[in-house]
Amino acid sequence: MKRYDLIIVGAGPSGLSAAIEAAKRGLKVVVFDENEKPGGQLFKQIHKFFGSKEHKAKIRGFVIGQQLLDEADKVGVKVVLNATVIGLYQDKEIVVKIGEEVRHFKGDAVIIATGAAENMVTFDGWTLPGVIGAGAAQTMMNLHGVKPGQKILMLGSGNVGLVVSFQLLQCGCEVVALVDAAPKIGGYGVHAAKVARTGVPFYLSHTIVKAEGDECVEGVTIAEVDDHFQFIPGTEKHFDVDTICLAVGLSPMSQLLKMAGCQMEDNPKRGGQVPICDEYGRTSLPGVFVAGDVSGIEEASSAMIEGRMAGVAASEYLGYIGKEECDTELSELDKALDGLRQGMFAPKNKGKQITETEEGIPISENLLKYGFVADDEIENYPGVTHKVGIHPVMECTQNIPCNPCQDACPKGCISIGANIVSLPVVVEGSECINCGMCVASCSGQAIFLVDEDCKDGTAEVTIPYEFLPLPKVGTKGVALGRNGQKVCEAEVVNIKSIKAYDRTNLLTMKVPKDYAMAARFFKEA
Amino acid sequence: MNSVNDRSRDIGEFIPAEDDDMIICRCEEITKGEIRRAVHDGMFTLTEIRRYLRTGMGLCQGQTCSKLVKGIVAKELGVSPAELEPATSRVPMRPIEMYIFANEAKEGEADE
Amino acid sequence: MDTRIKNHPILGEPEKGRVVTFTFDGKEIQGYEGEPIAAALKAAGVMVHRYTKKEHRPRGIFCAIGRCTDCVMVVDGKPNIRTCVTPLAEGMKVQTQYGVSAEPFDKQK
Repeated sequence: MKRYDLIIVGAGPSGLSAAIEAAKRGLKVVVFDENEKPGGQLFKQIHKFFGSKEHKAKIRGFVIGQQLLDEADKVGVKVVLNATVIGLYQDKEIVVKIGEEVRHFKGDAVIIATGAAENMVTFDGWTLPGVIGAGAAQTMMNLHGVKPGQKILMLGSGNVGLVVSFQLLQCGCEVVALVDAAPKIGGYGVHAAKVARTGVPFYLSHTIVKAEGDECVEGVTIAEVDDHFQFIPGTEKHFDVDTICLAVGLSPMSQLLKMAGCQMEDNPKRGGQVPICDEYGRTSLPGVFVAGDVSGIEEASSAMIEGRMAGVAASEYLGYIGKEECDTELSELDKALDGLRQGMFAPKNKGKQITETEEGIPISENLLKYGFVADDEIENYPGVTHKVGIHPVMECTQNIPCNPCQDACPKGCISIGANIVSLPVVVEGSECINCGMCVASCSGQAIFLVDEDCKDGTAEVTIPYEFLPLPKVGTKGVALGRNGQKVCEAEVVNIKSIKAYDRTNLLTMKVPKDYAMAARFFKEA
Repeated sequence: MNSVNDRSRDIGEFIPAEDDDMIICRCEEITKGEIRRAVHDGMFTLTEIRRYLRTGMGLCQGQTCSKLVKGIVAKELGVSPAELEPATSRVPMRPIEMYIFANEAKEGEADE
Repeated sequence: MDTRIKNHPILGEPEKGRVVTFTFDGKEIQGYEGEPIAAALKAAGVMVHRYTKKEHRPRGIFCAIGRCTDCVMVVDGKPNIRTCVTPLAEGMKVQTQYGVSAEPFDKQK
């Protein structure tokens, strides 16, 4: 049977990153992936990533995916697609189904990077056609160019539910409601705010009672739940929908490791059944490593760093690099990974009730419950200031590791500082030149350019706009507030789309001057 | 783990519930009630539940229902799902047609 | 039916193969060569892919990545074909699956 230095199962972000690190050090690497295309979930992500420059912040997921593939190709990594690994044995033999054959391979080292699968939640009618996973919606919209439905209800307010809801809006679907049984939104506030300002209502402490329809979904009933997740009678709400999207969490796909005999544990903080491993991915079986979501649900950015760690660790295990070089590399990567694991949503803070930002500002309760910061809360945050003339207004209200805005401004108007989870502040005495780079660079779409007083009773607000059709200059319509409700009349006075904005258009609307700090989205009349 | 498998443990009577007809294993069309009843029939481990009812043995090989079944069985036994050993993982990890399973590439034949 | 996304604000115009014709339960439908059969069916407004063996309940796309097996149909005479990961080809014969057969239940033995 064919022998490789390193066999990697899974060509997603962590698998490819591991392959690149190992191949760079001279190992003969093969990556098996059961899908038709590599990249795992990366190619379905059309939003700009968070983090800092080294974490590929402000770059869209599918672009990162292509970069990884190009790099893997350059260093000679062999990726075999449509290859389903159906077994992993203790002595690092793997069995793969390729085409109509079953083949055996032997690896001197093996890295399992198989990722995670979607969780399920049951309700009356959950098996009806029209009930789909959030991943399914992404696959259909972003890979196959087909709308999953016309009117959609999203269940789940974690980052997946929030991000996919926005993507559904971008491809022209109507999201009638975003529902979660929890009392607070689980994902980033800025992801929720992007969705809320377009008018999508959030129903926290609610869940689905029944999906209605005979042959397929035609409607859905939700109801409020109490502290014990029991339905409260009389709180039912009905929506006409043709699609219900489930985004209720992920579980690691770790069965191969269990089969091989790795020590496993059931760790709810990491998503379920995970292998017991050290911080560099070494499992209880020598020569078997793990990286990415399969070792604990996190994000693509952490998956890539974990992949690189496993690649380095495997290279050392096989003697291609010495212990000293390995330790230096791993400690560098550890620092990068640690940089991501900070702030309100850090793994170490999971389950904790965080009521204040690190700066001591109260976290917006309204944001956590309804998806938007209330008008009387927004001025609490350092990014929201008043000035004469055009200036950036940053509605970034939670500590997450992210700082592309700081580097985006050519005039140094925005500062986050050495600690990248700090909230952005407007620098005293800075002069904004209205270049719009901050608006386009904010992955959370939380930065606006505002001229509060144009001296003719109006104000101008520039918003990030990633929808089609793009309104033309002169279009009259309404401005929506953070809450997605109409606040005033508005007219489009400028549309700017340049390459540097990377597909984020800047829409400038004129509104009555009283609404300068309220108008945050535009809808055609 | 031993205390979970203790069959002499009294887990109480089977009490019918409103959602007993909820489909849990989509492939084999097995309901929540059937799973709960199986626990009271003496199936205390996930491997036994799988063999008794065929949950996880259908076309998707447990990809969809495993976590749900685990939660239901754990609740019926009065333990946390983390205490239950998952059903045995064995080859093939993905559904595979018999003729392909039997078609092992011979040593020395055409390279991949 | 505007189910196909003609122009996406981030992804632009989708790259598709050539237009091909296939049949669904005898009806002629068009799709793009190489796209998953399920995508072509969804674009044509088809929601039900099969009816289950025991309870004769309708099922359609659920996971869209070839894992849940709810979208399986009879394709060119073979049952249990996962339509969400099987590429469409010219002249394919796609049929609603009843249990594991293309024959409606009342006609099955």
